[in-house]
Amino acid sequence: MTAGATGSQTDTIPKLLQRNARVYGDRPAFREKHLGIWQTWTWSEVLEEVRALALGLQAIGLKSGDAVAIIGDNRPQLYWTFTAAQSLGAVPVPLYQDSVADEMAYVLEHAEVRLAVVEDQEQADKLLSIADRLPRLERIVYDDPRGFEDYDPSRLHALSALQASGREMQARDPGAAEAWEKLVAKGSGSDISVILYTSGTTGRPKGVMLTHENVVVSGRNANLFDHFTPDDTMIAYLPMAWVGDHIFSYGQTFAGGLTVCCPESPETATDDRREIGPTYFFAPPRVFEAMLTQIMVRMEDASPARRRMFRYFLDVARRVGEPVLDGKPVGFVDRVRYAVGDFFVYGPLRNRMGFSNLRVAYTAGEAIGPELFSFFRALGINLKQLYGQTEASVFITLQPDGEVYPETVGKPGPEVEIKIEEGTGEVLFKSPGVFYKYFKNEEATAATKTPDGWVRTGDAGFIDHNGHLRIIDRAKDVVRLKDGSLVAPKYVENRLKFYPEIKEAVVFGSDRDYVTAFINIDLTSVGSWAERNNVIYASYQDLASHPHVREMVERRVDEMNRALAREPMVAGSQIRRFLILHKELDADDGELTRTQKVRRGFIAERYAPLVGALYDGSRNAHISVEVTFEDGRKGKIEGDVEIIEATTYPAGGVAVKEAAA
Amino acid sequence: MSVEADVPVAAIGAIASLGDAMAAADNDARVQAEQRRIGDVLLSVDNVSLSFGGVRAIADVSFDIRKGEIRAIIGPNGAGKTSMLNVINGFYFPQQGVITFKGEKRREMRPYFAATSGISRTFQNVALFKGMTTLDNMMAGRTLKMRRGLFWQALRLGPAEKEEIEHRAVVEKLIDFLEIEHIRKVPVGKLPYGLQKRVELGRALAMEPELLLLDEPMAGMNLEEKEDMSRFILTINQSLGTTIALIEHDMGVVMDLSDRVVVLEYGRKIADGTPDEVKRDPKVIDAYLGVSH
Repeated sequence: MTAGATGSQTDTIPKLLQRNARVYGDRPAFREKHLGIWQTWTWSEVLEEVRALALGLQAIGLKSGDAVAIIGDNRPQLYWTFTAAQSLGAVPVPLYQDSVADEMAYVLEHAEVRLAVVEDQEQADKLLSIADRLPRLERIVYDDPRGFEDYDPSRLHALSALQASGREMQARDPGAAEAWEKLVAKGSGSDISVILYTSGTTGRPKGVMLTHENVVVSGRNANLFDHFTPDDTMIAYLPMAWVGDHIFSYGQTFAGGLTVCCPESPETATDDRREIGPTYFFAPPRVFEAMLTQIMVRMEDASPARRRMFRYFLDVARRVGEPVLDGKPVGFVDRVRYAVGDFFVYGPLRNRMGFSNLRVAYTAGEAIGPELFSFFRALGINLKQLYGQTEASVFITLQPDGEVYPETVGKPGPEVEIKIEEGTGEVLFKSPGVFYKYFKNEEATAATKTPDGWVRTGDAGFIDHNGHLRIIDRAKDVVRLKDGSLVAPKYVENRLKFYPEIKEAVVFGSDRDYVTAFINIDLTSVGSWAERNNVIYASYQDLASHPHVREMVERRVDEMNRALAREPMVAGSQIRRFLILHKELDADDGELTRTQKVRRGFIAERYAPLVGALYDGSRNAHISVEVTFEDGRKGKIEGDVEIIEATTYPAGGVAVKEAAA
Repeated sequence: MSVEADVPVAAIGAIASLGDAMAAADNDARVQAEQRRIGDVLLSVDNVSLSFGGVRAIADVSFDIRKGEIRAIIGPNGAGKTSMLNVINGFYFPQQGVITFKGEKRREMRPYFAATSGISRTFQNVALFKGMTTLDNMMAGRTLKMRRGLFWQALRLGPAEKEEIEHRAVVEKLIDFLEIEHIRKVPVGKLPYGLQKRVELGRALAMEPELLLLDEPMAGMNLEEKEDMSRFILTINQSLGTTIALIEHDMGVVMDLSDRVVVLEYGRKIADGTPDEVKRDPKVIDAYLGVSH
């Protein structure tokens, strides 16, 4: 399909645009809903728009090497600005459109931006409010002219006016277009194509410089991996400053001649998706979570007959949906059941969500709950996970069709190599998408790129028995036992929390002989179990110390230990001793953050006697802690806590035994 | 400069003709902005009095509204502000006095004539068709501009369909302008109050008025909605060149938005001038601003 890596013909985005205009001339490239109607631009029209814009930008002084900020929602005109700037050798720097002016000031200053192209008055106002801090910023170009009547026209230009002047130039002088073509031909794959600033959890954002080759080859490989052709369509609704959107909606689109659709406004993205019916879709887990909630809430309001039908077919889907999707053998009766369900339930649901034509959907960014993940797959939606980062031009690993396991992030993508560093467990990769360097930050570049070409991801992980990568934690959060083996506390905690009976877990092991844990039971789930089984309890503390509850949790820990033993990398993380905490961990007591993350250090200090007991071999421990009640009064909760011994398994051994059994 | 306001307008092609009026207004406004946009008197109220039985709502009030300005009418509760607005758009007939609109004197001005001659308004308590969608409510604002009769419209054939497409294009421009694309097809009754107010503003604008009367456009809104609404009012005034008369209780908004303010108290005019002049006027301070609620 695509011309492959034939060198200079298709090694930059502007050259790909020329190629697409030649090869896919009258095929749609961009769509945008405007005034309630989907507007379409074909590849040859886009070439014309980009050329006009490039000449217009050149006329107001944009030249090779300049940085161009791009700020706004996903709009075709802003995507064209990327290409127009790149064709002149300038470097686009997209910014998150919902950042406040102060946050923008840092990036604009650091990237030495001379010209900013913004969507509307709101963004222009932000820039004007910090203009005195940005002596380098000379001009602002805006797309939507509304509200600009009283602004100083010497520094502000309408994007449409620049395009008009570009068209005028071409009409006056036929050489103008030719000169532009020559400029495009001069571009090379090793030129910097974009600088993407990573939000970064700590410290200042870093500017990741990607070359044209990074973007073009990553886009082309991703298209090959999932067999995307010019018939594929996607909807661009995630921030343009995010590497994902840049690769999906820009790199892949230009590399493969796909179609990108821009929603009418961020609020209408869901409806617009239904109208377009994309074949390729990306969303972070929270978007899928919101969709699931919405379906469930609506089903609660449906008539009883429909509800029964929905439940019945959902059960069928949960049982056979994934095997059907993966092309695995499924019994005839179940196939028929699934087909009927598809007609009455799954198909209409997919249509509701705008997934009727969907071939491939990806999620990434954070761990997706296995149930949520399986729900969508059971409905026949080919949802997969990928693992990537800005420094890799997104793709490091992807789940291939037919090999989708909820707990892994897939296999290395085309031309990607990964390795796990001995000792730290950190994942390193090499790929055509490896970034050039961090802009004006040699120190960070040196810390991330090894001299022999590997890039540190900062994540710890391991390759499992299927050859798939599993990410366990941030590398810096991984701790070591006294004997040097690695423990990923967060990984173990998350695995425990996937069990419905367990609400919270806190795992210890740094510089200890073995791994231990505090466990909080889930009062809703265990409480409803107690109700069904006539177990009478007065309080959380009461229920938590019930012998049956203890057994239940013990079984779960054992189950997890077996699973961990199967993977040599995490076999050392098995829990040897644990206890069920006599009170729920609470943000009011400082034990959790307000976003419900455990504060391990604080908890270890507060419950020091319990931690001590976990490691000194005693069977029981007494604890008394001060608690804050909801009305702000303080009180004390005390009690005796039993220490439970769990069985641990030798690494690798169990898997064999289980397979034999 | 003959620059199109925005590219996709051209893409609509044939139906752009009516929308062009608005795009043209965009460009006109740009020109006007340079020569200071306030022009001649558009509407003047001369010695108007209005009473209901023995109650005097308005007593001998005179003021004018100039083309292109934002004119605020303020005053304590019961000062006669809404009555004044009702007089201007012809809902009430004043017992005395003359209203001159676009140079034509009229004592009696029915709402229908007011509407056809270019005055539209929003209401203190939102008055939309609750069961109809945003789009239908705004299309209702185009009713006066429909040339074909009920018969043709019911058939939705040929010329009537073409006309409807033209009207729809105008309404879609307004939907884009007011950023209410996401509620285009939602019945208005389901919308939060702040959005209903925006839809009502949209319906008033759909009439392409020369004079827009806004009766407490910010009432019951939170700060963010107020800021949004203020931005819309300013943009309507600047981009579309619409003259605006508004009643508002939020003094911050009034002082920021308006070019001139007229102050009523017990049906009488006690002050008239720029926001600064009015703010300093001792009578106003006594009557209104000084009184704490």
